[in-house]
Amino acid sequence: MKILVPVKRVVDYNVKIRVKPDQTGVDLANVKMSMNPFCEIAVEEAVRLQEAGTATEVIAVSIGPAQSQETIRTALAMGADRGILIQTDAEVEPLAIAKLLKGVVEAESPDLVILGKQAIDGDNNQTGQMLAALMGWPQGTFASEIKPEAGHIGVTREIDGGLQTIKLNLPAIVTTDLRLNEPRYASLPNIMKAKKKPIDEKTPEDFGVDVTPQIEIIKVAEPPVREAGVKVETVEELVDKLKNEAGVLS
Amino acid sequence: MVFALTEEQGMIRDMAQNFAEEKIQPFANEWDAEKHFPVDMMREGAELGFGGIYAPEECGGTGLSRLDAVLIFEQLSRACPSTSAFISIHNMVTWMLTSFGSDYLKEKYGSDMTAMNLIGSYCLTEPGAGSDAGSLSTKAVKDGENYKLTGTKQFISGAGASDLYLVMARTGGDGAGGVSAFLLEKDTPGLSFGANEKKMGWNSQPTRQVIMDDAIVPAQNLIGQEGDGFKFAMMGLDGGRLNIAACSLGGAQAALEQSIDYVKERSQFGQAIADFQATQFKLADMETELQAARLMLYNAAARLDAKEVDATKWCAMAKKHVTDAAFDVTNQALQLHGGYGYLSEYNIERILRDLRVHQILEGTNEIMRVIISRTLLK
Repeated sequence: MKILVPVKRVVDYNVKIRVKPDQTGVDLANVKMSMNPFCEIAVEEAVRLQEAGTATEVIAVSIGPAQSQETIRTALAMGADRGILIQTDAEVEPLAIAKLLKGVVEAESPDLVILGKQAIDGDNNQTGQMLAALMGWPQGTFASEIKPEAGHIGVTREIDGGLQTIKLNLPAIVTTDLRLNEPRYASLPNIMKAKKKPIDEKTPEDFGVDVTPQIEIIKVAEPPVREAGVKVETVEELVDKLKNEAGVLS
Repeated sequence: MVFALTEEQGMIRDMAQNFAEEKIQPFANEWDAEKHFPVDMMREGAELGFGGIYAPEECGGTGLSRLDAVLIFEQLSRACPSTSAFISIHNMVTWMLTSFGSDYLKEKYGSDMTAMNLIGSYCLTEPGAGSDAGSLSTKAVKDGENYKLTGTKQFISGAGASDLYLVMARTGGDGAGGVSAFLLEKDTPGLSFGANEKKMGWNSQPTRQVIMDDAIVPAQNLIGQEGDGFKFAMMGLDGGRLNIAACSLGGAQAALEQSIDYVKERSQFGQAIADFQATQFKLADMETELQAARLMLYNAAARLDAKEVDATKWCAMAKKHVTDAAFDVTNQALQLHGGYGYLSEYNIERILRDLRVHQILEGTNEIMRVIISRTLLK
């Protein structure tokens, strides 16, 4: 089984996000960037499938600026075999990403594509679903367990109110939820080995995909600062405030 | 010239930082308070390569550079300088064993040392031989197939808990040329340990005397040849000084970053204390001091990796400068936290206590001045 794992470079989850003064986006100057945590879970799952002998090759692909190569290198250090970088400095939206990934899927013919369910920057939660639609492949989103069986794959999905277990014919698309696994640290020897693994460099033009944004961002703003509460002296005062100030009691 | 890390070095640094945040930071205060030696965590780190960072690959090491090691110890010490420093001591023993030991010794202990299945302590200092290490008096006398070692080693990190002890002992005449290096197993007949010392910091590792009373050591546990010991010790010290400096730098960096968050939140006289220029200037000085220290440390490490002739001087300058600057910056961080900085809950007093000893060990900062001035006046 050949597995393709798309990985995204995002602001590190530990960084306190600051909005640019002109409200056009998030300030990325001098900010630590890392692999999207859900993508790390996807890489980990693919590497585990390879260690279990189910997968024969794991390919990591990233779409973004030249520095996205570092994100691919992290996937290689975790155990992926090779990488593909589709380099662009444009802000690429989920649909264009899905179209580019379709191009990669057609070129590489993987049996399984494992993606993070969403990236922690845009929180779009669209790319996996769009790729499934473009390919006409079955999809198992928000996976908390993946069980490969002959010719198909069992996926346990985290849905509102419980777990849903489905069976997908291969090839298929799976997106990872938080509880699927706990990603490993790349060891020092594996970091050094990753240096020698190949990364193919491509551009959106190679796949004939127009990455021009279709969405116009009007404003990015900080969430409102939470205001301080008040202390009430008596139950009567509390009820009064709930009735007359908060309006939650009548 | 821009001093830039390679892509791999960036990954190494980030990995060590993430490991420290998850596996060390949440427990560091508890380890300090309860004097817990976190062997499980160290073994987990060794699975990632932290047990033999610059040991050769055939012994399970990663064969990285001194600069790589500095990046790792800097990140680990953000969470706990004491534990990071112990891991660096273990690395020194692993390095000495795997670089100078016989094939027999490497085969027997090498891969267990890099995996930290066996933990190593380094025994040079004696009650009467500190800065003047060449005057050490522990004796090793050849007795058939064995050596008999007699003497006491002082301030030994990990002693009593460690499995292997790399001991410098005198086989020949007075002076540095008469010193040899031996590897002792914990249950060696005639080997015992003193009480766990009560101390200001470095509480996540035990410190004891290592006492040898006709301790019987097989002759094949001699590392290198008779008389090589002090040479190995000196070779180890350059890197050891970089490691200790890195352990100071990371601790101080964590204290600075915590201070930046704190002064924005803490409000007095109707405004955040970050809005007082006295606070702003203090932060500016702290950042400048640490960045200067970092440049000096990375530069010294790069010089040692390049085997430059004056690397020893650079390592001594880095050790002195970085450990002094980092202690001062941490002290300022404590001051910015006011009374809260004095509480253990805020971590900074622990970092300060841990960093204080870095100005003393691995050669005092006064001895560093001796080394530096010697190269100037020769």
